[in-house]
Amino acid sequence: MNNIQEIAEHKPTPGFFSAVGAIIWKDLSAELRSRELLSAMLVFALLVVLIFNFALELDAGTRRVATPGILWATFAFAGTLGLNRSMAVEKDRGCLDGLLLAPVDRSAIYFGKTISNLAFMLIVEAVVLPIYSVLYNTNLFNPGLIVVILLGSVGYVAVGTLLSSMAVQTRTRDVLLPILLFPVVIPILIAAVKASSGFLQGLALTDVMPYINLLIVYDVIFIAAAYMVFDFVVEE
Amino acid sequence: MITVKKLVKRFGLKTVLRGLDFEVQEGEFVALLGPNGAGKTTFLRILATLSRPSFGEVRVAGHRLPAEAAAVRSNLGVVSHLPLLYGDLTAEENLQFYGRMYGVFELRKRIDEILELVGLTSRRRDLVRTFSRGMQQRLAIGRAILPNPEVLLFDEPHTGLDQDACDMLDGLLREVAGKGRTVVMTSHDLARVEDLASRFDVLSRGIISASSKRNEMGKNNLLDFYRKALAAAV
Repeated sequence: MNNIQEIAEHKPTPGFFSAVGAIIWKDLSAELRSRELLSAMLVFALLVVLIFNFALELDAGTRRVATPGILWATFAFAGTLGLNRSMAVEKDRGCLDGLLLAPVDRSAIYFGKTISNLAFMLIVEAVVLPIYSVLYNTNLFNPGLIVVILLGSVGYVAVGTLLSSMAVQTRTRDVLLPILLFPVVIPILIAAVKASSGFLQGLALTDVMPYINLLIVYDVIFIAAAYMVFDFVVEE
Repeated sequence: MITVKKLVKRFGLKTVLRGLDFEVQEGEFVALLGPNGAGKTTFLRILATLSRPSFGEVRVAGHRLPAEAAAVRSNLGVVSHLPLLYGDLTAEENLQFYGRMYGVFELRKRIDEILELVGLTSRRRDLVRTFSRGMQQRLAIGRAILPNPEVLLFDEPHTGLDQDACDMLDGLLREVAGKGRTVVMTSHDLARVEDLASRFDVLSRGIISASSKRNEMGKNNLLDFYRKALAAAV
């Protein structure tokens, strides 16, 4: 038996969580250096907030009503930009094949990319919220609103990562992702806007809970669906 | 080590591989030759578990595809004309990442060995995007052999390299192939593969139209063999 055979017969199998951790580490390290994705998302999000601020010139009452819509439109558009870029980086240098060649359950790739994308989206949201508060003179530091943003972002990124891995294989990936993504995330955007609005207007928790429940159910269903189909989506 | 029987691959109405039969013994270095569009890359992608066969039987390192794809992947190293490396990570970080994805034991020591082998120890902390194409391709080979695979698949690894880089790559290919590994390499460059491979197969119109071992073929006869194989396939 030669050396290669001996080693091959004692091949270690990488753990699922180790692979997920490796992908997150890789994405964060690369982004820390290039700052390509975060800077694009941040600039875009801040521009949207600024444009709405100057275009609408809202009074205090209307501001409270419009805030959830403006916030979620900003997060959704900036998120799409990030999702597109995050998968394009994998595709352009053939790295997606590199990931698919690893002897791990392919859902580990999905979860790794999803968690990285979620981290980028949460960073953008953490920057946008205080700036929005100052520009619109609205207090957004509400624990309920933070929970809604977290749940909404999880659902948005869970679906977005799956669809971006599908769209990235096509020539029209930049155009295709929003066309695929927005119809699918309409329920999550409506529930997130309604729940955010409820918290900002000081409604009772019982009035907001149906939307929170919808967000939780949506998150669970789409994460489970993505876990099941990711393998087929990334294969030719 | 690799057994393929009656392999068919279809993309919609287009049939790329039409009942291809192929067998590679352990330790063989097979050069897969053929014109553009013959199906070489499609065939290699099936062996690499990146694409599913439409029909037929494929076994790599004793495991059936696509059912045992994960077991095949742990015994496989792939190098294509794209480097499969992250430009914003250093050479060392790229190997560290892939090492974790493959669960490589004693990763630090193994990375040192690989960087030494591919001659990039002094550039280990440099970003891959600052590397020349030749250096990236050497690191790509390092990435492929990091988990010590039994089978190596090279898809036109010389593409885009200058003469010196090609020569350096050939030296490296000889070194990694000469350790009992089984190698399948696609190429257009007959002069390059003539000294590397131990067997030459010609893929034309979706089947292997001719096959010959190097010792059965006289010196400098590869071009003649290749032309005859293509003519016979028409």
